[in-house]
Amino acid sequence: MKNLVLGLLIVVTSFTAYAQDKKNKNAKYTIEVNGNCEICKKRIEQAAFSVKGVKSAEWNTDDHILHLIINEEKCSIQEVKKAIAKVGHDTDDVKSTEEDYQNLHGCCKYERK
Amino acid sequence: MKKTLIFLVVFTFQFGFSQEKKTEEKQLDEVKVQATQKGLKKSIKGTANTTIVSSKELLKAACCNLAESFETNPSIDVNFSDALTGTKQIKMLGLTSPYIMITEENIPSVRGASQAYGLSFTPGTWVESIQITKGAGSVVNGYESISGQINTELLKPMNDVPFFLNVYGSTDSRFELNTHFNKKLSDKWATSLFVHGNARISKNDMNDDGFLDNPLGKQINITNRWQYSNPESGWVSFLNFRFMNDEKQTGQIDFNPDRDRFTTNFWGSEINTQRFDIASKTGYVWKDMPFQSIGFQNAFINHIQQSYFGLNTYDIHQQSYYSNLIFNSIINNTMHKFATGLNFTYDKYSEFVNLDNVSRIDNSLGVFFEYTFDNSNKFSYVLGGRMDYHNRLGFFITPRLHVKYIPWEKGVFRFSAGRGKRAANIFAENQNMFASSRTISILDNNGKIYGLNPEIAWNYGVSFTQNFMLFRKKADVTLDFYRTDFQNQIIVDVMQNPQELLFYDLKGKSYANSLQFDFNYEIIKHFNFRSAYKYFDISTDYLSGSFQRPLQAKHRVFANLEYETHIAEKGKQWKFDFTWNWLGKQQLPNTDTNAEQDGFGNTSPSFSVMNAQVTRVFSGVFEIYVGGENIGNYRQQKAVLGSDNPFGTNFDTSIVYAPIFGQMYYAGLRFKIK
Repeated sequence: MKNLVLGLLIVVTSFTAYAQDKKNKNAKYTIEVNGNCEICKKRIEQAAFSVKGVKSAEWNTDDHILHLIINEEKCSIQEVKKAIAKVGHDTDDVKSTEEDYQNLHGCCKYERK
Repeated sequence: MKKTLIFLVVFTFQFGFSQEKKTEEKQLDEVKVQATQKGLKKSIKGTANTTIVSSKELLKAACCNLAESFETNPSIDVNFSDALTGTKQIKMLGLTSPYIMITEENIPSVRGASQAYGLSFTPGTWVESIQITKGAGSVVNGYESISGQINTELLKPMNDVPFFLNVYGSTDSRFELNTHFNKKLSDKWATSLFVHGNARISKNDMNDDGFLDNPLGKQINITNRWQYSNPESGWVSFLNFRFMNDEKQTGQIDFNPDRDRFTTNFWGSEINTQRFDIASKTGYVWKDMPFQSIGFQNAFINHIQQSYFGLNTYDIHQQSYYSNLIFNSIINNTMHKFATGLNFTYDKYSEFVNLDNVSRIDNSLGVFFEYTFDNSNKFSYVLGGRMDYHNRLGFFITPRLHVKYIPWEKGVFRFSAGRGKRAANIFAENQNMFASSRTISILDNNGKIYGLNPEIAWNYGVSFTQNFMLFRKKADVTLDFYRTDFQNQIIVDVMQNPQELLFYDLKGKSYANSLQFDFNYEIIKHFNFRSAYKYFDISTDYLSGSFQRPLQAKHRVFANLEYETHIAEKGKQWKFDFTWNWLGKQQLPNTDTNAEQDGFGNTSPSFSVMNAQVTRVFSGVFEIYVGGENIGNYRQQKAVLGSDNPFGTNFDTSIVYAPIFGQMYYAGLRFKIK
């Protein structure tokens, strides 16, 4: 009996340790994404949500910061940046192709850095 | 050995608890109101058809209490106060307040014993904002709402000013005093103390029928609120204590309660209410998951009403406990949100109608789940359901659906459908009928609530709003259509004959159709026009045939003009407000068999009522206002049937379709220390 409990304790402890080693299920990121308007906001957020594992995505039109909460077991921040660049918005390190940028709606053509 | 196990269990629990300990409340946050310039704001964001009334809007009318705060709002119809209670009743989609879920900070407030006067127990100055949702509503707060939901948010101790004073007086001799004190004890704790007193001290009889037009009365109402909020940990908590004592006296001018109570010397009535409430809310938001939260609300109410109406006595004592646990989170991402939880309600009624004991205990337990899809694009919906077990209503399911679709820019289409079920407190809801010589009978159906069955209704609605620019100024139009279909309704039958009041389960059809067309326009800067046309078709099968609901106008027109000057130095400003209401003919209760002087026709005449107010803001801390209600002085000449013989068979004070008092003027001041 004692052994059983001890065993259980060890299992629980090691599980906790293992869980801590694992990737963060609620990792917070704030990244800069270039854009202009409310339509950009929808496009950027939807691109982020299209990546499986993105739990929350909120982009501010005034400071161009995207607040993300992602499950790192399911995706990485690079995948999210790529998805956003694919719809035409430059992120801090992943940039859109010229073609994707040109596909943007007129009012969404932000000034590229 | 055993000890080790227990230790392990305790440890695990504590670990779980400590995790929970880290987090701000979403449920509380949900109803947060933005500081907008507009007094009335139709939410374009929300999925449900919700109008937000800010405290700014509440300053536009005399607005002494919650019942009177809807005068400038077309979604809600405010009826004229009857001679007896002096309380204004409200209607939504043509249905009276028992069919509306009325909550205070999401805790059901006007229900059961407080149904008749409850709205007059919340002073207007305490209110921070009101959210009015037309149609089925959310399942989170319960299953009772049928035509809509009204939620009131009170001033929050964390955001309040240290001192507020409001003094009010009117020509119908009503006086009010509101004082608010607020103290921030630390960066996490704040408390507010609201003290309200009102009194009507002199007798008025403008129509010379020997009866008071308004009851004499006095009310003392005290609330103490505590707020704890700790954004670092994620915890938010509110604790409220309230005590209220309200006394009313009405009837014949010469009635002296000490001398004439329970005699036939003079007809008179006294209604005394005492109420004590405690409510708490606690919420926690996960720190690393701001989309996940848990909220726990609890309320205890002790409500005592002792009253008599001539020789009829009516006493009700309600002790009520309400508890609601809500968990909010997401599925995959924040486009898919859900709320789920448990409700528990316990109501103990000690109720005496004359000598009959009709006391009862109700309790119910329910679970709910509500899913919200919103991709912040064109389409969103809220699908909710709940399962409840109630000792008198049985086991039942309540589904509700709200859909929003944005077909093009600035256009919003909404649809809602849902079911509601409730136990009608027939005496508490219709206690104005005691002030008549009608004999009250219940056509017993072996049901579990006064021998009657629960009320069940389905409500469906569609609404379309379009915002646009007209001559470069903002304008919007809205068209709403709602239908309520009763599967069962407790019919309050005043159509049989003028000496009887019958309560019975619906046999046949009962429905309420309501159509509303709104047009709002900013004519020039700071000059706004608001208008509405409303059509009601509320038909019920009575024993004596099918009639429109008595005392409900089929057509109503509403218009409001507001003008503000630019804010000058030190905040100096003028504000003007004018409201015009036109009411078409109303079906009246059947008085055919009475002698002519004690009867009405089948319908009331149409008429209009005008209210106006001017506010002078001297600075950010001091303002005065003067206003008038019913400036056109329209009066219902015959307000009390059989007034010459109040203990005779024709006596009835319940048929009020228009103002009784006539024009009324008021003045008041507001003073703040910031």
